Amino acid sequence: MYPNEKLSEEKVFKDPVHRYVHVRDKVIWDLIGTKEFQRLRRIKQLGTTYLTFHGAEHSRFNHSLGVYEIVRRIVDDVFAGRPDWDENERLLCLCAALLHDLGHGPFSHSFEKVFHLNHEQFTRAIILGDTEVNAVLRRVSLHFPKKVAEVIEKTYENKLVVSLISSQIDADRMDYLLRDAYYTGVSYGHFDMERILRVMRPREEQVVIKRSGMHAVEDYIMSRYQMYWQVYFHPVTRSAEVILTKILHRAKHLYLSGYTFQTPPVHFQSLFHGNMQLEDYLQLDEAVTLYYFQQWQYERDAILSDLCRRFMNRHLFKYVEFQPTNEEMKKLMELTTLFKKAGIDPDYYLVVDSSSDLPYDFYRPGEEEERLPIYLLMPNGELRELSRESTIVDAISGKRRTDHKLYFPQDFLDDLSTKRNIKKKIKQLLYE
Amino acid sequence: MLFEHAKMLKVLAAVGEIVGRKKLQKMIYIAKKMKFPFYEKFDFHFYGPYSEELTWRIEELCNVGFLQEMKEKKGGYYQYRYTLTEAGEQFLTHYQLDMPDLDVCLRSLNEQSARFLELVSTILYFEELSKDEVKEKVFTLKRKKRYTEEEIEEAYRYIEQLREQAYIKS
Repeated sequence: MYPNEKLSEEKVFKDPVHRYVHVRDKVIWDLIGTKEFQRLRRIKQLGTTYLTFHGAEHSRFNHSLGVYEIVRRIVDDVFAGRPDWDENERLLCLCAALLHDLGHGPFSHSFEKVFHLNHEQFTRAIILGDTEVNAVLRRVSLHFPKKVAEVIEKTYENKLVVSLISSQIDADRMDYLLRDAYYTGVSYGHFDMERILRVMRPREEQVVIKRSGMHAVEDYIMSRYQMYWQVYFHPVTRSAEVILTKILHRAKHLYLSGYTFQTPPVHFQSLFHGNMQLEDYLQLDEAVTLYYFQQWQYERDAILSDLCRRFMNRHLFKYVEFQPTNEEMKKLMELTTLFKKAGIDPDYYLVVDSSSDLPYDFYRPGEEEERLPIYLLMPNGELRELSRESTIVDAISGKRRTDHKLYFPQDFLDDLSTKRNIKKKIKQLLYE
Repeated sequence: MLFEHAKMLKVLAAVGEIVGRKKLQKMIYIAKKMKFPFYEKFDFHFYGPYSEELTWRIEELCNVGFLQEMKEKKGGYYQYRYTLTEAGEQFLTHYQLDMPDLDVCLRSLNEQSARFLELVSTILYFEELSKDEVKEKVFTLKRKKRYTEEEIEEAYRYIEQLREQAYIKS
C-alpha cells in the first residue's frame, strides 16, 4: 500500500544543521521530487537578508527538509508508542511539515505587501490543485490532500498534529532559528534542540514539555528574541526590502499607466492586474525576479532604473529613527513637501518602515491574545504555563517591541549641485 | 505612510468605541471579507480568524496615545474597551480617509455580539466549502461554543445582508 510503502534503502540528505535528513517513506521521496517542491530551491529563506549577512543564501527547500526532519524525529523517536499519540497521523504530520512553506513566492514579504497576496492561499492551491504534489498526495487517499492543507492552515481537528507545525515551540521555528543562525553566521540563534525533542510529550490538545527541559526552552525563547532583533529586523535588510517594495510599486504603476518597457514585465502582468493564477505564480521565482531587476537598471524611467541599480548594487537607503507621534508626523509632512521641492519623489524615496515582535505570550481566558502557550509537564502530571515557572520567560512575556525607521537616499541629499538649500534643510530636519 | 494605522483610527472614529479585542478582530476580518481595503493577514486560531499584525497595530496605537485601551474586569476575566483619543483624532487629520460605506458596515458589526461575530467570521473563513462542510467545521472546531443550526442560519442571513449593502453602495 502506497501510504506505508518504504524505499528499498533509506535516502539521506546531508544537512549542515541536522547532519542528515532521513527519508524512508516513498510518499515523502515522491513529494520532494515534484516540480512545485523543487521550486523552493529558487526561493531564499530570508529574502533580502543576504545583502546584510552574505551567508544567508539558503533556500526554503533547505528549511522545508529541516522541518520535515525535526517532525520525523519527534514522531518516530519520541512520540511512537506513547498513549496520546495516534500512529495513523504520522504520515500526515510528515507531509504537512515538508509542505508547510510550499506557497511562498519570491521575496514573499515584499510581494505580499505590494500585491496583497497570501502565501498560505497558494500553499493550499498547490496542495489541492492540478499539481504534481496533489497527484502524490491523492495516491495516499482521496481526502489526504485536504487533510494536509488543513494541518498547515491550523484548521485540522487534531490540535496535537497542528501544534507540531505551528505553535510557540514548533518544528518550523526550531529549524529556522538554528538554520538562519548557521547561515548568517551569528552566534545568537543556538539552543539545545536535541534536549527539547527528548522532553516533548504528546497530549490531546498539543505538545507539552517535561519540567526538566525548562531551561532548554528558556534558551530557545531567548534565541528567538535575539534573532528577531539582530537578524530578521536588521535595519539594512529592511532598507533592501523597502527598495524592493518600491521597485514593485513603480513597475506596477508604469505598466498600468501604459509605459513602454524595454524589458516588458511578462511574468508580472497578471500580478499587476490582480488576477494571478497558480500556473503563473509557480513560474515566478527569485531568479526570474532578479533577471527583471537586472534589466530594468537600463530602463528609461529614472525612478525604476535608479531603484533597481540600488538593489542590484547594494546602494541602499539610509535611515533615522522615527516615532509616529503627532510632532514627528508634522515633521514627516514637512519632509514630504521638501522632497517634492527638491525633485525627489517622496512616494519612492521617503519611507517609514515598521517592525514588531512579541517573543512569547500566553493565553488569557476570554480574550483574544490567541497564542497557544507552552505548557510544562510537572512531575505530578499537572500542566503549568511556562511563564509561571520561568522567571526569565515571565520577564519578556507579553512584551512587544516595535521599531519604526524612516528611510531615504542619503546620496541624493549629499548631491548639492542642485536645490542646495532645500537639501540642506531636509538634512537638518532628518538629523535634528 | 502609516496609512494602515490611520485606517484603524478611522474605524474607531466611525463606531465610537469597541468593547473586546475579539470583537475588534472579527469586525476587521469581516469588513475585509466584504472587500473593504484592510490588508492585515489573518490565520485561523482559537476564536476563528485572527491577525497578529492587527494586534500589534492596535497595541502600537495605544502606546503612542492615539487610542485609549481601558481594561475592565468582567466576571472571571478582563475585557478591553477601545476609544479614539484627541491625539488620535489630530493624527487622523493628516489623512484623507472618507469611506461612508465602511462606516455603515462597521456600525452594523459593532451592534452584534462577539460570539455572533466569531461565528460569522468562521463561516466566512471557510466560505469556499459547501454549507454542509462549513457546518461540520463549525461543529468540530467550535465544539465548546455549542452553536446551533439556527445561529448558523442567522449568520448566513447576516452575511447576505452585509454583502447586499456593500454591493449596493460600491
